[in-house]
Amino acid sequence: MIPLDHVIGLSAVLFSLGVIGVLVRRNLIVMLMSVELMLNAANLAFIAFNRLWPGTDATPVLDGQVFVLLVITVAAAEVAVGMGILLALFRNRDSADPEEASLLKW
Amino acid sequence: MNFPTLLFYTFALLVVAGAVGTIANIRNTVAAAMSLVLTMVSLAGIYVLLGAHMIAVFQIMVYGGAIVVLFLFAVMLHGDEHEELPPGRMRLVKAASVLVAICVMAGLVRALVGFPELPAAPVGFGRARQVGIALYSDYVLLVEMVSQVLLAAIVGALVLAKRKID
Repeated sequence: MIPLDHVIGLSAVLFSLGVIGVLVRRNLIVMLMSVELMLNAANLAFIAFNRLWPGTDATPVLDGQVFVLLVITVAAAEVAVGMGILLALFRNRDSADPEEASLLKW
Repeated sequence: MNFPTLLFYTFALLVVAGAVGTIANIRNTVAAAMSLVLTMVSLAGIYVLLGAHMIAVFQIMVYGGAIVVLFLFAVMLHGDEHEELPPGRMRLVKAASVLVAICVMAGLVRALVGFPELPAAPVGFGRARQVGIALYSDYVLLVEMVSQVLLAAIVGALVLAKRKID
């Protein structure tokens, strides 16, 4: 059987890699990709815990999996809007560097 | 070690390798997107091993397909740009933030242990039939709300990407 500790550990590692990507990279596209990594880490944890409490044959419990579907949908929406913002930024600033978007900065 | 466990560790290695490739590839954003595909598809493999067959299909279709294609479109619309190392003081801040993130990761990995063995899954667990029944009985309101979110995102993306609003 797959050890659940290791699945959750993988989820933690994936999340931290996403955090590092957002903190360190200066390219907005890669920062969005890192956000996706973090969302996927959460999804992995949801699926793993749903597998830990799967219900019975008569009444299977699929709450975690349904929630993952929700997260996937919201992630798709987020990427679509994020790309729109990115294109608008690139049109105005000619760069995908978030440091360039400093018009509202004090 | 039985075969599913071996597969899990293989996929886990691929997931981490793909994630590292995504965040560490400062030369080529297209290669970073391809590493993201590797991560997503390997995650789908892990989902299958954990009994989430339907979700694995969606993972490959939505993440491996649609989302990465969107990223590639964005890269190709404004070209790849080389990322230089930040100036001196910022470099220290970034190194410190990586250190903090690694400490948090170590803490999480150490704290989240001691889960029980996985029980046997029910018959047909996570297949299209069960997920479909769950989606359209218990969660039908949720499905409708998510469809509204998607509609709002489509309209929002169109408005944002439009050159000029008339």
